[in-house]
Amino acid sequence: MGLFDRHAGLLEAYRDVRTTGYDPFQIRMERVLSPTKAIINGRETLLVGTNNYFGLTFDPSCMEAAIEAIRAEGTGTTGSRIANGSYSEHVALEREIAEFYGKKHCMVFTTGYQANLGVISTLAGQGDFLLIDADSHASIYDACKMTQAEVVRFKHNDPSSLEARLRRLGDKPGNRVVVLEGIYSMLGDSAPLREFVDVCKKYGAYVLIDEAHSLGALGEHGRGLCESTGVIDDCHFIVGTFSKTLGAIGGYCVSDDPDFDILRVTVRAYMFTASLPPSIVASVRQALRVVKAKPELRTQLWNNVATLYDGLKAQGFTLGPEHGPVVGVHLPDRMTAIGFWRAMLDAGIYVNVAVPPATPNGVSLLRCSLCAVHTKEQLDHMVEVMTGIGRQFGVLPDKQLRAAGAR
Amino acid sequence: MRCLTPRLLEPLLRTAHELTVENDGIADTLTLTRGISRAEVIREICVHLEPYQAGEKPITGETVIAKDLTIDSLAIMDMVMELEDRFDVSIPMSVIAEIHTVDQLADTIRDLRANPS
Ligand SMILES: Cc1ncc(COP(=O)(O)O)c(C=O)c1O
Repeated sequence: MGLFDRHAGLLEAYRDVRTTGYDPFQIRMERVLSPTKAIINGRETLLVGTNNYFGLTFDPSCMEAAIEAIRAEGTGTTGSRIANGSYSEHVALEREIAEFYGKKHCMVFTTGYQANLGVISTLAGQGDFLLIDADSHASIYDACKMTQAEVVRFKHNDPSSLEARLRRLGDKPGNRVVVLEGIYSMLGDSAPLREFVDVCKKYGAYVLIDEAHSLGALGEHGRGLCESTGVIDDCHFIVGTFSKTLGAIGGYCVSDDPDFDILRVTVRAYMFTASLPPSIVASVRQALRVVKAKPELRTQLWNNVATLYDGLKAQGFTLGPEHGPVVGVHLPDRMTAIGFWRAMLDAGIYVNVAVPPATPNGVSLLRCSLCAVHTKEQLDHMVEVMTGIGRQFGVLPDKQLRAAGAR
Repeated sequence: MRCLTPRLLEPLLRTAHELTVENDGIADTLTLTRGISRAEVIREICVHLEPYQAGEKPITGETVIAKDLTIDSLAIMDMVMELEDRFDVSIPMSVIAEIHTVDQLADTIRDLRANPS
């Protein structure tokens, strides 16, 4: 058997995708102009698919902080924190994130993917039980492959499904670790966290929540779903990323557990990879200050969510179940989704296309992610463009038909 | 046979048709059999797999789920979740990964029911 034979099915699907013209998985941003604009295929394009929720990638204060840090401490750390030591700034960043959540401990990772991979696979070991939401991010699934714990999935956002699985464990020994996400990355829906926490308390399970897409977006101070639902103290481990709202790269995990620091010498995804460079640490520290100082960015983000979500809904699109910084637009099948995506790119709007097997329940989606600095005009224009393409593709009823139906 | 305390009974009673309740004279004590025939489990699995049937070939105990049918790995895991709730068992992901045929899935479910630990 050839090395790639096992991927024959995927290769075929990928070939299908590419026959439509552009390859959505190899898009080239010829030049990024701002948090919301880039040149793609030689054309100025509106970016509505880059998880840049607060638009901080071009925040002058964050950029200056990064530039200064490079001048002061160089471009990289050239090794892991256990080998090359921590820079003062790594330690300061960890302290600031811990304070942000009011937790005692924080560990910073080189990516959010590694934070999930390392923490989850280490927390639940031999004889323990890991219970994960069926729609969990790939980093959580990959952690499951690395653990000796028994892994069971429960139905997406369904506390009673989790409860049934905790109940079935009965009085078997072993820790129970439940993994949730604040906002789910494909459809923008958030977990019924209070209900989940109640179930976890009843069965003595630990709660780990990934706030990757909810940092900044949810809660009075932008701490995420754990804050907006008032259960920070009941979330034993909060994981997040610097790669979205904070506009850089990196991941973290905070906790009040007194023995938390043992993870520094047990989590391989922390120990055996180089630590974040000074520039990133500096821009993230500044971005966190901006998140704290400018709550209006959160307001702007949600106003933009409303403009896009309500606008598309009014035109008859089928969307994810609730307002969220991610708006998932359902399309009937893979090829329609890819054709629609391409037509949008031709019209100067970039979103993500998500098709099986990367999506829950085999759905095909256009995944839009909003930015606080999108303008209302840009988003109104986007709704117009999508409505036109929707009619062309027969996803929305034709205008004449609608008029006739209304009579 | 297992003895269950009344607290644990509540969720099981929703599937009361599966249980035989024997009155052995001791108040408050219900003895349940969790027995269920292999044919019944296979029948239930087949109901879930029907939408993925490839061509005319019938689905049997020997059907290799991921190979003989048009179902992808995610849909298999979702189907397993439905079966878990139908039969009140949890099948760890590592066990699911080792299951190939309908027969193996049915036997796993029956084993877990008989011996939940
Ligand atoms: C829910 C979730 N968790 C974790 C990650 C990983 O984050 P990072 O980009 O920092 O690796 C992502 C991003 O793709 C995500 O969507």
